[in-house]
Amino acid sequence: MKICVLVKQVSDKNDEIKLNQDQLSVNMENFNLVTNESDNYAIEEALLIKEKFNAEVVICSFGKETSVQVIKDALSKGADRGILIENDSDNEYDILNISKIFKKTLSDENFDLILSGLQSDDIGNGQLGILLSEHLNMSHASLVMETNMNDTNLIKVKRELENGWFQWSELDLPSSLTIQSGINKPRYASLRGIMMMKKKPIKIIKLSEIDANTEDKMNLKSMYIPQKTKETQKIEGTDDEIAEKVYDVLKNELGLL
Amino acid sequence: MKILVFIQVDDNKINRMSLETLACAQSLNANVTAITFNEDAANELKKYQLDKIILAKNEKLNSYNPLNYAKSLEQLNDGSYKAILFAHTYETRDWVPRLSVRFNCAFISDCTEIKNENNSLVITRQTYQGKINNDLESNSQLLCSIQSACYKTDNLVNGNTQVDTIEINLDGIPSIIRSEEKFKEQKGGVDLTAADIIVSIGRGISKEENIPMAEELKDLLNAELGSSRPIVDYGWLPHDRQIGSSGQVVNPKLYFSLGVSGAIQHQVGMKGSDKIMAINKDSNAPIFEIADYAVIGDLLEIVPKLINKIKE
Repeated sequence: MKICVLVKQVSDKNDEIKLNQDQLSVNMENFNLVTNESDNYAIEEALLIKEKFNAEVVICSFGKETSVQVIKDALSKGADRGILIENDSDNEYDILNISKIFKKTLSDENFDLILSGLQSDDIGNGQLGILLSEHLNMSHASLVMETNMNDTNLIKVKRELENGWFQWSELDLPSSLTIQSGINKPRYASLRGIMMMKKKPIKIIKLSEIDANTEDKMNLKSMYIPQKTKETQKIEGTDDEIAEKVYDVLKNELGLL
Repeated sequence: MKILVFIQVDDNKINRMSLETLACAQSLNANVTAITFNEDAANELKKYQLDKIILAKNEKLNSYNPLNYAKSLEQLNDGSYKAILFAHTYETRDWVPRLSVRFNCAFISDCTEIKNENNSLVITRQTYQGKINNDLESNSQLLCSIQSACYKTDNLVNGNTQVDTIEINLDGIPSIIRSEEKFKEQKGGVDLTAADIIVSIGRGISKEENIPMAEELKDLLNAELGSSRPIVDYGWLPHDRQIGSSGQVVNPKLYFSLGVSGAIQHQVGMKGSDKIMAINKDSNAPIFEIADYAVIGDLLEIVPKLINKIKE
C-alpha cells in the first residue's frame, strides 16, 4: 500500500505580511517558514496507517527549493521518501494549475491514498486534494476528523459538517482525503528519526523540466491591505491603564457591569 | 452577462448563505439563473427577480453526493455563464473543486466581493489569514464561492420567476463514496447562539492552566465561554465551545476575545456581533480589522487586573 502526503511550506501565522512595490506579490524575505499546520495532522494520520498496514509513505511538495525542509521534517518523523517539485520559475500558479503539476508528477505512482491538510494557512484554497481526486479518478472526502481502515480496499472516514453535524462515509480506494486539524496528536521527530532521515531519498523535479499543460487564465489585478469597514477605538498603555480603560468601556459605554 | 447561482438546501430549507450569494449575483447587473435540486426551494425562489429558475431532478439528488452533484452541474452548464456562484459552505468546498477540473476553469473560493467592471468580473479574495486582499480577473468562465455575511439578504430584489424542470441522468456513476446519516456528537451541548455576551479564548491564552482566568471573567460578565479552533484541537475545551466556520455562528451584544488572532474561519462565526472587543499582543492581528475596541497588550497581564477592577 502506498500513501502520499501533500505538504506545503508556508509563512508562520505570526509573520508580518508586507507587499512588494509592484502591489502584485508578497515580500517573503523575512518569513519564518514552517510546515502548514493542518499538513502536520495529515502526516501523522499517514504514519498511523503505515504502522497498521506497513504502507510506504511518500511526502510530496510543490514550492521553492526551501520547501525541501518540510519534506525532511516529515521524513524525520517516519515517512519513507520525498518528492519536491521545485518551482524554478518566477510564476505564481493558481490552484488548478498546481493540481495539473501534481497530476503530471504523481499519476505514475498509483497511490492508494493521498492525504493533505484541509487548507494552507497562506493562500487557503483548500482544494488541492479534491482536484487531484478528480484528475486521478479517486474517491475523496474533505474535512476528515477520524479514519478507520480494516482492509486495504476501503476506508471509513468521519467528516465534519457545519453547525456541529458529523457524518461517516465509506470510500473505495484509491481515495484522497483532506484532513482537519485536531484529528490526532502529531509526533515529534526523534533523534534516531533525524539520523535515519539523512539516508532517505528525496527526488527533486524541476518544474521547467515537466510539461504540465498549465494555462494562464487568471489575472491578478492588484493586492492590497483590506480597508477597514469599522471604526476601531484603540486601547493602549500600561497594563493598569488598559485594565482601567477596558473596565470603563464595559461599565459606561456598553453598560454591562 | 449571464450568472448561474447554485442554491444549497439543508434539511429542506434554503441555506442562508445561498441567499446571500443570490443577492451578490443580483448586484452584478446580470441575467441571473438560480439552480436547485429541491422542488420546495425552487418554488420559494419564484418570489425573487431572476431570469430563470432551474429545478434539476433526479431522486439521487435528494441527498448529497459529490459525484452526483458534479455530474448534474456538468449537464446544466452550457458554457454561456460568465460565472457560476456558490455559497462558501463545507458542501461547496467538498464538491466544486471537481467541477473546476471538469470545466477546466478556476474555482475562486471564499470570495468577499464581486464587481462588474465594464462587463468583466473582478473578484476579491483574501489570503494570509485575511491580511491581504487579492483582486482577480478571468478571461474564461469562473467558479466562485462567496464568504458568509459579505452580502445581505435584505438586498434581494423581489419579482416573479418561472421554474423550468430538467430531468438529470445520473446512470453509470460509480458508487465509490457512500455516506451514512449525519449525526450530532453531543446531545444538549452549549448553545452559544443564545448568549448576550461571549468571552472567547484563542491561542494567546498560552496554557490550559490559564483557562480558569477566562472563566472567572466570563462569570463576572454573566457571559458564555467560547473559543477558536486551536483551543478545541488542543483538547482544552469541548467542540461545542468552538466559534467559526466549523463551529457555531454567533451574534452576541458583546464578543470579548482574549488572544484570538481572528483567522477568516473564525471571523465568519462572529463578525455579526454588535460589539467586538479584542485583546491581542499583535497589533496586526486580523481580529482588529473587525473590532470596535482593539486592546493591544498581553491578556495574561490585563485580564487579572480587569477581574480585580470588576470585583472592586
